[in-house]
Amino acid sequence: MRFGVVVFPGSNCDADAYYAIRDVLQQPVEYILHQDNDLHGVDCVILPGGFSYGDYLRCGAIARFSPVMQAVEEFARQGGLVIGICNGFQILCEAHLLPGALVRNEGLRFVCKHVYLRVENTDTPFTNQCRQGEVLCIPIAHGEGRYVCDRETLQELQANNQIIFRYCDSTGALTRESNPNGSLANIAGIANERFNVMGMMPHPERACEAMLGSEDGLKIFQSIVHSALAVAR
Amino acid sequence: MPRVRVLVTLKPTLLDAQGRTVQEALHALGYGNVNQVRIGKVIEMDIADEGQSVQAQVKEMCDRLLANPVTELYEIEVLE
Repeated sequence: MRFGVVVFPGSNCDADAYYAIRDVLQQPVEYILHQDNDLHGVDCVILPGGFSYGDYLRCGAIARFSPVMQAVEEFARQGGLVIGICNGFQILCEAHLLPGALVRNEGLRFVCKHVYLRVENTDTPFTNQCRQGEVLCIPIAHGEGRYVCDRETLQELQANNQIIFRYCDSTGALTRESNPNGSLANIAGIANERFNVMGMMPHPERACEAMLGSEDGLKIFQSIVHSALAVAR
Repeated sequence: MPRVRVLVTLKPTLLDAQGRTVQEALHALGYGNVNQVRIGKVIEMDIADEGQSVQAQVKEMCDRLLANPVTELYEIEVLE
């Protein structure tokens, strides 16, 4: 399973993602630059966190038109696996590969802390190594992570089980207090209708070693590897 | 050469957290009669006339890049 980590001007979690895949997950991984027109034949693309193009205009609005994103859109259309983390999630929404948008946190502050996430759907390439309803502890670090969408979109997300992660408390209860940014329906991560594109605000690449406080993020990357093995069989 | 001003605002159905905070600050300064503060952005540009409708061209720019139709509304004003 070959991973590619896209590097935009202003990406700052690219090295963390690269490290998590190469050193912890022990899978081949390479960087793909924003001006590249192809994805070097990788099996899964990671759009990392950061502040691509300085977050100018809107988070992800400019990155969305970089040459590499044309290749990522084509890859996604063909069913390729794409995971967007934090700024990567914002880029996927701006590129219309995922519905909705991410706007300024309700409390206006940049929030950087570990949060709890409840796994809402385990039948996806990104969560097949989790248990339904499992509570994961993964950090967030964002100022614009409040997920919003219109009523019909929310109904579709719910009807198709496209909501993958929701903010919850340590017992898995969806409470207002456990929602760090005011996201609609406590949404922390969603997938597209085909479940080959997933975006999440929390940073699984920062939660892959016990030394860093949690290994729960590794389950997401292990799920991706597992899904590729399942396809190969 | 027409100068165009685009005004981008958050949809009224969306909570404008920044606007709300500024409103609270205005109240704290004694301007208690202020309500519904909303904050947006202004984008100004010169556009060389190439025969096509400037209005239509800027609308296309707004739909593609300058505004996000999920969260924002825009108004286009041709200044001169």
